[in-house]
Amino acid sequence: MQLSKELFEPISMDLKQAEEIQRPSLSFWADVWRRLRGNKVAMISLAFIVILVLCAIFIPMFSEHNYYSTDLAGKNKKPSAEHWFGTDDLGRDMFIRIWYGARISLEVGVAAALVDLVIGVIWGGIAGFFGGKVDEIMMRIADILYAIPYLLVVILLMVIMDPGVVTIIIALSITGWIGMARIVRGQMMLLKAQEYVLAARSLGANNVRLIFKHLIPNALGPIIVTLSLSVPTAIFSESFLSFIGLGVSAPVASWGTMSSDGLSAMRYYPWRLMFPAVFISLTMLAFNLLGDGIRDAVDPRLRK
Amino acid sequence: MFRYLGKRILFMILSIFLIVTATFFIMKAVPGGPFTSEKNVPDEIKAALEAKYGLDKPVFQQYLDYLKGVVTWDLGPSFTEKSSTVNQIINRGFPVSAYLGIEALIIALFGGIILGIIAALKHTKWPDFTSMVIATIGLSVPSFILAAFLQYFFAIKLGWFPIAKWESFKYTVLPAVALSATPLAFIARLIRSNMIEVLSQDYIKTAKAKGLSTLTTTVKHAVRNALLPVITYLGPLLANILTGAFVIERIFGVPGLGREFVISITNRDYTVIMGTTVFYSIILVVLVLLVDIAYTLVDPRIKLGGTGKE
Repeated sequence: MQLSKELFEPISMDLKQAEEIQRPSLSFWADVWRRLRGNKVAMISLAFIVILVLCAIFIPMFSEHNYYSTDLAGKNKKPSAEHWFGTDDLGRDMFIRIWYGARISLEVGVAAALVDLVIGVIWGGIAGFFGGKVDEIMMRIADILYAIPYLLVVILLMVIMDPGVVTIIIALSITGWIGMARIVRGQMMLLKAQEYVLAARSLGANNVRLIFKHLIPNALGPIIVTLSLSVPTAIFSESFLSFIGLGVSAPVASWGTMSSDGLSAMRYYPWRLMFPAVFISLTMLAFNLLGDGIRDAVDPRLRK
Repeated sequence: MFRYLGKRILFMILSIFLIVTATFFIMKAVPGGPFTSEKNVPDEIKAALEAKYGLDKPVFQQYLDYLKGVVTWDLGPSFTEKSSTVNQIINRGFPVSAYLGIEALIIALFGGIILGIIAALKHTKWPDFTSMVIATIGLSVPSFILAAFLQYFFAIKLGWFPIAKWESFKYTVLPAVALSATPLAFIARLIRSNMIEVLSQDYIKTAKAKGLSTLTTTVKHAVRNALLPVITYLGPLLANILTGAFVIERIFGVPGLGREFVISITNRDYTVIMGTTVFYSIILVVLVLLVDIAYTLVDPRIKLGGTGKE
């Protein structure tokens, strides 16, 4: 077949059209949210957490029962229409105690994670940004603290401080920030060598502006991933401490103390262990799965 | 090599010193002495008691005595169990805990590695999915909940295993399984992601290209390389098993050091709390150092002497 020029048709070379953006541009976070939304498991976990938070806030506000009033005539009752999750050995309503327990778990989880975030970002940020001797000293301190087993430190502190939610948060924060500090330091070292930092510096940006405007926003991905995975760790530690009798004191309900009480009654009143156990496990599962989802969404290369 | 080792050992000693110091002063900060609970003791007896336990000396002298005690491994008498010393309690409890811990370690390593390999070989198929569901549940269910669950079903309902106590191998199974669950799940996830990465490496292609069977490629090339990072996890793994034993031993009535520790906390038996904490910390710090050395020896890609941290 003979190829003639007529067979070819030049496409219009409109330069303007080439520059035109066909779709709305997505910011990094919009893209993360788009990927996270596509992750069914993560979205179910998120929905579970939202429902849990709402229930923990509102159910105790509007319930006819409370966590402390006892009813010795109606102790160890099976779940019924009156007491949805039954009653414990002092006749306290388990349903309402579960939601008070949820308040404690969520408070501890979120507060401990936030304290870790603040200390970790400042510590790791300073060490990573300045480098050299400062970095060496600061990370050595972190290393030495890190060598001490986490739960031992927390237990020791709980022994000497008055039991309570604030104490638990303080005890968890003493060593909890180190993981975050290490992540932030690594990110800082990586980012400060990049060209846009040099550009910003040559345009006259000072250290404070560099750190807050350029470095931290770019390290936000790994920071959020670490943050989301430190929430379940804190929730676990609180229930662990309460379980061995070092957490909140009676009559305050925590999932850990409720499991500990339920354990001794497991043979005859299994629901007293079952409800707190199911709630701890599902909450931890939801936070872990959401954390995994956020990690995959922030950095798809890390998908495991 | 020697410079690196020296530096590490120096920091190790510094860590242990810090732990001993912190533990001592934290315990001293507790309001009320160890004999506050014994009411109406005449002053002479109280003074005699304090003299016996060295509490009449100035705090700094007590601290120096305690440091000397740690170095010579004499951790003092127990305050509530009048007849035994802290050393005796550790000698009595630790072998039991070590046995339980090693059994849990073996279950966690073998279970985790097998689960991880299956998941990676059948990547994105149902065995992968099942393994990862098991692993995620293992990471999310706290060990004490799992222990209670195992006790309820396998001891109370089915009667396959004894409910509690510590007499023969049969008694060790449930506590060891409960203790191994979290590390097992973690290892499974670690092995899976490493295997997936290793399987896409060029040397696996080479191995296949020169005609090795799938089995040889998997065992000799992929698994061996995927196992390396597990060694770094051994440190946290040991910490996890040691602290996990606090609750597991309580639930199953195992007479180990973990249970002694929890009992000493409940009784506010300060010398036992201090001694056990120091003992646990030393074991962990030393084991972590050994793990790090093992890692550098096993993986020739890691050079000693460098900072090694990034």
